Amino acid sequence: MPWLSTLMAVPVLGAVGVSLVKNDKLAKQVALAVSLVVLALTVVMATRFDPASAERFQFAEVHQWIPRFGVHYGVGVDGIALVLIALSALLVPIVILASWHDADGTGAAAPPKRSVRTYFALLLVLEAMMIGVFAATDVFLFYVFFEAMLIPMYFMIGSYGGVQRSYAAVKFLLYSLFGGLLMLVAVIALYVVAEKNTFMFPELIGAIQDPGTQKWLFLGFFIAFAVKAPLWPFHTWLPDAAAQAPAGAAVLLVGVLDKVGTYGMLRFCLELFPEASKFFTPLVIVLAVVGIVYGAIVAIGQTDMKRLIAYTSISHFGFIALGVFAMTKDAGAGATLYMVNHGFSTGALFLIAGFLIYRRGSSRIADYGGVQKVSPVLAGTFLIAGLSGLSLPGLSTFVSEFMVLMGSYERYKVAAIIAASGVVLAAIYILWMYQRTMNGPTAESVKGFTDLNARERWVVGPLVALLIVFGFFPKPMLDVINPAVDKTLSSVHVTPFTPAVAEKKGAGQ
Amino acid sequence: MNGTIQAPTIEYALLSPMLIVFGAAIIGVLIEAFAPRYLRKSIHMPLTLLALLGAFATTILGAANGLPTSASAMGAVAVDGPALFVWGIILILAFVSVLLINDDEQFVAQAAAVPGSSDEEEAVRSGYAQTEVYPLLLFAVGGMLLFSSANDLLAMFVGLEVMSLPLYLLCGLARRRRLLSQEASVKYFLLGAFSSAFFLYGMALVYGYTGTVSLRGIGDALGAGSGQETLLLIGTAMLGVGLLFKIGAAPFQAWKPDVYQGAPTAVTALMASTVLVAAFGAVLRVFWVALGGLEWNWQPVMWGIAILTMVVGAILAITQTDIKRMLAYSSVAHAGFLLTGVIATGAAAQNAKALSAILFYLAAYGFTTVGAFAVVTMVRDAGGEAGHLSRWAGLGKRSPFLAGVFAFFLLAFAGIPLTSGFFGKYAVFAAAVSGGAVPLVVVGVVSSAIAAFFYVRVIVLMFFNDPAADGPSIAVPTVGTSAVVALAAAATVVLGVFPQPVLDLADQAASALFIR
Repeated sequence: MPWLSTLMAVPVLGAVGVSLVKNDKLAKQVALAVSLVVLALTVVMATRFDPASAERFQFAEVHQWIPRFGVHYGVGVDGIALVLIALSALLVPIVILASWHDADGTGAAAPPKRSVRTYFALLLVLEAMMIGVFAATDVFLFYVFFEAMLIPMYFMIGSYGGVQRSYAAVKFLLYSLFGGLLMLVAVIALYVVAEKNTFMFPELIGAIQDPGTQKWLFLGFFIAFAVKAPLWPFHTWLPDAAAQAPAGAAVLLVGVLDKVGTYGMLRFCLELFPEASKFFTPLVIVLAVVGIVYGAIVAIGQTDMKRLIAYTSISHFGFIALGVFAMTKDAGAGATLYMVNHGFSTGALFLIAGFLIYRRGSSRIADYGGVQKVSPVLAGTFLIAGLSGLSLPGLSTFVSEFMVLMGSYERYKVAAIIAASGVVLAAIYILWMYQRTMNGPTAESVKGFTDLNARERWVVGPLVALLIVFGFFPKPMLDVINPAVDKTLSSVHVTPFTPAVAEKKGAGQ
Repeated sequence: MNGTIQAPTIEYALLSPMLIVFGAAIIGVLIEAFAPRYLRKSIHMPLTLLALLGAFATTILGAANGLPTSASAMGAVAVDGPALFVWGIILILAFVSVLLINDDEQFVAQAAAVPGSSDEEEAVRSGYAQTEVYPLLLFAVGGMLLFSSANDLLAMFVGLEVMSLPLYLLCGLARRRRLLSQEASVKYFLLGAFSSAFFLYGMALVYGYTGTVSLRGIGDALGAGSGQETLLLIGTAMLGVGLLFKIGAAPFQAWKPDVYQGAPTAVTALMASTVLVAAFGAVLRVFWVALGGLEWNWQPVMWGIAILTMVVGAILAITQTDIKRMLAYSSVAHAGFLLTGVIATGAAAQNAKALSAILFYLAAYGFTTVGAFAVVTMVRDAGGEAGHLSRWAGLGKRSPFLAGVFAFFLLAFAGIPLTSGFFGKYAVFAAAVSGGAVPLVVVGVVSSAIAAFFYVRVIVLMFFNDPAADGPSIAVPTVGTSAVVALAAAATVVLGVFPQPVLDLADQAASALFIR
């Protein structure tokens, strides 16, 4: 059975169905049902995945798409792609449930009523593209998804977002498009220089030998991914986009779309251009560490909840990039795990913040206070989500952050030590936000708050459960991730524990 | 003189597309002269469509019979792979444009009546229609066919003029904002005449160096390499000016926005798509066939022009407030992207690749352009089309479908994947990279990013802004207009998702390159 194609086809067909349904309520139900079907299929597929298999990409399908350009419809997953696809498939039903009223204009400060059907159809289209981008084993196909997924997100921010939505949407699109176009040059050059007449990723590994060429191509790919992830100093679009996007879209934007950047670094930058990756590692590590500290400090200063969460993510993406480029086994596995956990953690934070904003009609921290007394469940889940953001032991994010720091300490001691300060800063921004919004005397405007209703509990419950379960028992995920990371690092030819051998040995190897 | 004059051999079958179009044009003139006024349009319309269809069918037939290996009509016309492909595109696009032209709201009742005079009122009252549009269009199309396939400079000049003169007239026939339209017409005529003069003078100088006007002869003479270099170089530059004017490359782009804005939108659609196609056919022929040996001299200049064209088109488009002017500058930028393909010469295989990329790009761009202008004709105010961008605010809420289609065309112009524009750009840039023009491609993608800004701005305006209280209405489209929009959208999707068949076709057309 063509699992991955099915996973993409179901949401696309679902999107068509949703846009044809005349009744808004029915449209939402159909969208939810479709996304649950996708989730179920993903779970079944994941159980059939064999981490020990010698085959690198499982469930692989390869068909000619445009023979003239050597482009294939090539999909397949290894452990890294599988967990990210699972993350996407899991977040979409949660986001749909959370966005139940986002588009129909019933929220306190919600924008005027927009087409509900379109919103949910866009969500499903986006889901198909998210699955496609992680599943693509053809570099060109990856690029197509990488660029095409901007469009549904652009409309979701621009049509359904906050007051500054159109500015934020355009900024998001132009930043990403610019990075993507630089990548396009590199993609073309990769094809031309490799002279393999194919874009299939496995065949392109090791195809570029010349170190000079590698460096240029690396930059083309890396800048696109650094904008997408986003790494400091390419990050300025994210706070705007995340703050203006409706909460559900913000979850997918920060939780999944941005992971495409870090995923791309791990999969394409490292493996296609190993020498260049080693050459640029010091630079990337510096950017990552600056991002960790900068994002955390700026987050402390935010007065808007969504912007605060966005800045915390910039700090966290620094950790992920650090883990990817440390090129040790622990750091690589930690970074991959971090991508997934960050999706759960930030997803929960954004969604609960969204519930708060829905109740009060403002995202300013100063407008809240003492929520804990009127809505204890809301406050409690917010606390857990927040604690996962600061990587409290016992929550899954701790595992990944610890692995990244430990893995990168093997090679880059100074960087790891500075990065560890991000953990301390995280405690400040999270706890201070919690204190200002949830504790203290109950603000006048907060008095009428209701606690989380059944739907909202169903949204938050699974995320909190996952954070706790994987915090104590991360083994199932690591079992899937580890072999894939090993394979990635083996094609980079890194020898563990011997820092920076590459430059000394020269380019020929 | 004794002896007999040798009768020239003409390959009627091969040339039949051109002959059909010209024949129909002449019949059209006769209809104007003899048919009663009320009947004219109902005769013109089917005649024009049939002629274009017939020409297209014979083009296909010509291609199916195998590509000829030598030039036709005593070496004056080269009906080779690229020519047949270009003819095919031109004929389809012209056919589509005719469907748009079949709309009385577009054209003036009587062109000769002074705007605002009693004559004009009289003409409007009695329901006159300027049905000369149809034969003029056919002449222009015929000219394009000749222009893009001419194998000597003289035939090319004839093609250029036959193509241009009817277009100058067509530009002046807008029903609304007639002064603007007439201004556009005069401007286009004057600048066009200048550029033709440049072309003609360049031709004379090149003739002075090589002693021939045939492209093949010029190419051979360059190989022999003797005589006054200066003469040749100045001649080349002047030929270049004449041709680059027609594609609207910077710094010869100034006419495009004015003319595109002033002309009736249906005519703009025709010009924006087909003239570009025909002109690129001619540019390639002159620079690759005749001046191929001079590559080292014209390539650096062409680099500069391509960069300038891309940048100027993209940047000036940002400042535009009129939708047609914006599309005009966008077309300038696209001409720049295409020029990167013209520069990407090398060995025969590389040339074939670049040529096929350009052909694909032209096909993709042509359809999207016609579609975009067709949408423009439908968004109307009390005073005609709502050109000003501010009037387009909130269109996505008034008529989501139309705005959606237009947004899709804009995304295709911007080169977003899964639209035809992406593969066009990809093909041309890939050819340029393998031709060693990486810096040019980097400039290309940067200006694509700049260009994306103004395409996206229109989408923002349509979807994210609230509609104006007295916003424009959406004209109920005629069957023709809706067919055009549907066809263009379909082409944009199909070429964006399954481009392989058309790429194959372009490859086949380009495989043998130009015949000499």
